[in-house]
Amino acid sequence: MEKKTITIYINDKPYRVEPEQTVMQAADKLGFHIPRLCYHPKLSIEGACRVCIVQVEGLKNYAASCSYPVSDGMKIHTNTQEIRRARRDIVELILDNHPLDCHTCDRDGNCELQRLAYSMGIKKRHFEGEKKSYDKDLSSPSVVRDPDKCILCGRCVRICSEIQKVNALRQAYRGFKTVVMPAYNMPFSESVCTTCGQCINVCPTASFIEKNYTQELFEKLSDKSLIKVAQVAPSVRAAIGEAFGIPPGTAKEKETAAALKRLGFDYVFDTQFSADLTIMEEASEFLDRLQGKGRLPMITSCSSAWMKCMEQFYPDLIENISTCKSPMSMMGAVLKTHFPEKIKAAPEKIFSVAVMCCTAKKYEAQRPELKINGLNGVDLVVTTREAAWMIKSAGIDFLNIKGEEFDHPLGLSSGAGAIFGTTGGVMEAAIRTAYELYTGETLLDIEVNELRGLKGIKEGKIVMDGKEIRVAVAHGLGNACDLLDIARKEPGKYHFIEVMGCPGGCVGGGGQPYADANSIPLDEECLKLRAKALYDLDRNRTIRRSHENPDVQRLYKEFLGRPLSELSHKILHTHYKKKEPKGIIPRGLVRAR
Amino acid sequence: MQTSLENDRMAKLKKYMADVLEKTDRPESYLIAVLHRAQNLFGYLSRDVMDEIALTMNIPTSHIWGVATFYHYFKLKPQGKHSIAICLGTACYVKGAGDILRTIKKELKIGIGETTEDGFFSLHEARCLGACGLAPVVMIDDKIYGELTNQKIIEIINNYRKRDRKSKEG
Repeated sequence: MEKKTITIYINDKPYRVEPEQTVMQAADKLGFHIPRLCYHPKLSIEGACRVCIVQVEGLKNYAASCSYPVSDGMKIHTNTQEIRRARRDIVELILDNHPLDCHTCDRDGNCELQRLAYSMGIKKRHFEGEKKSYDKDLSSPSVVRDPDKCILCGRCVRICSEIQKVNALRQAYRGFKTVVMPAYNMPFSESVCTTCGQCINVCPTASFIEKNYTQELFEKLSDKSLIKVAQVAPSVRAAIGEAFGIPPGTAKEKETAAALKRLGFDYVFDTQFSADLTIMEEASEFLDRLQGKGRLPMITSCSSAWMKCMEQFYPDLIENISTCKSPMSMMGAVLKTHFPEKIKAAPEKIFSVAVMCCTAKKYEAQRPELKINGLNGVDLVVTTREAAWMIKSAGIDFLNIKGEEFDHPLGLSSGAGAIFGTTGGVMEAAIRTAYELYTGETLLDIEVNELRGLKGIKEGKIVMDGKEIRVAVAHGLGNACDLLDIARKEPGKYHFIEVMGCPGGCVGGGGQPYADANSIPLDEECLKLRAKALYDLDRNRTIRRSHENPDVQRLYKEFLGRPLSELSHKILHTHYKKKEPKGIIPRGLVRAR
Repeated sequence: MQTSLENDRMAKLKKYMADVLEKTDRPESYLIAVLHRAQNLFGYLSRDVMDEIALTMNIPTSHIWGVATFYHYFKLKPQGKHSIAICLGTACYVKGAGDILRTIKKELKIGIGETTEDGFFSLHEARCLGACGLAPVVMIDDKIYGELTNQKIIEIINNYRKRDRKSKEG
């Protein structure tokens, strides 16, 4: 049957379009990009900013095209002088309550409000009046909240409640005094915020930014008494190019290693190495649990935001979390134990830096239970964005740099380590190793397609020696909570669950480069391309299974013994405990009184 | 004594919420009604009360905080025994409400939205109490006092204090 269409007129020309869509959706498909601000295709319609107004003949008022549905015969005008002026006035009014400090702002050059002001042709300010003035919230180790920069578009509130389902943020008070804040205006660090940083990703301005450690890092890099060691997360290489104008999906692995060496790091190691190490421990732990030693389903523990989310909302399932530290913290642990031994240096002299796609890793690095002999495994975390800025600031020509290998002995990684950065990747990597450890046979068909892609919850089955293993994968904290709700109701449904806290997994992390002018934050196509960059890295590796990584094997031989050995337990594993910050609702838990 | 009173109020609030949950599968749509009930019982919305509502109704605390701060009606701090609402509407203002307000502030040593240290009075502003013929007007609890002068308002305040002292002694 032919699809029903209707006729609409945009700027006096007729077009056949499908009904049941908004003016903005129809216009987008026809190549009319109506300016917008609070709109995001993944979030509910807020209609708060009024930037996307159009004229519709017969309507007295301008219509917000993000929420106004098309109808047959509708005559829409997107670009008359009148509507241009009205739109410009709206953006001017937003600017009137905004600090005009673009050239010292963190988002200078990639701010959506700045771009809008430019495209509206705003050349001068008309009104001087009272502007809002609030303190910044610097309490969180990961996310800085600056209400003065906020234009109340509500994207952060919506991503936090609709996609992440954490509900840390809400608009409070009213009118001129409206501020986005956690419950009771508590400091971020005491709220339910999981530090995932998705509010940063979707914020059009600099109202949410990461806690910036770049100056501190520059200081340390110039300290000759320290041995500066970097590790790089898988997804960093999949996205860092975007910060330099390279199209999404271009892996910049060796270039990143080379640039970090030029920045002044003495050793540049690969978090993918410790991802392989994680798989050795995690797959062994899983097989132990499968044989009755510990609770099933086992839940992965690589995602720091997810760990905090679990401790708050699913304290009853803490025993199900793998005790393995994240790859970042495993690397940190080796950097403060075996590595200084090997290079004959004092562990205190090692300054361990993690370059991560993630803001929550800044929080993880400070967790007291991850300390190694009183030292932090990771001393400082910078995001992909911060690292890209440092590379630019130091005058390193990233576009033309000649790639270099990661350093030995903690730089070699398998393809399984690479795919750790995308949703489903940890599970796929674990299956490759667990299968062989369990059956003694090599898994030949190692690409697990049902665990790839951006479906919210993915399920898969593997048969190991006749035993059926049921696995599930979720990305984004909201999907993760939905999956755990299922696991809580049906404890026998799954054996193994992978969770990544951010949409798309680490490739969509809160520390990844901002969307460029022609894209939107967390664009699905972009996430898929970043994931593809990692899958390509995997496919091009000779070694694609973690247990075949010769450097990992050597680390076990020289230092750890075997997976789950006493030493492994001491330095590579950790524990979690129930957290009850204020303003919390344990999901589905009835608190005993 | 205080605690058992608080417990009694909390029990009433819980009963109210249980009844609400009985009749709806969309608890959010009853949030304002529940907050009203809570304020009637406790006089204001404390964090403990909002936490309890969040847990029972399964509504994120940040949302409850958003609603509670949006409406002026909801009080987030303990209120005084008596509420003084001074009308700052046009008629009252023209007849000298601004002056009366200054006198009250000086006498009670508090500003609008605040409560005296002894917890006896809270001061609020109002926009027209519909008694313009008596301007300037204040409403103390549910009683209107009109045609005020600076002297008269102090006498009225003192009368409340005297009555309170008597009831304590008696």
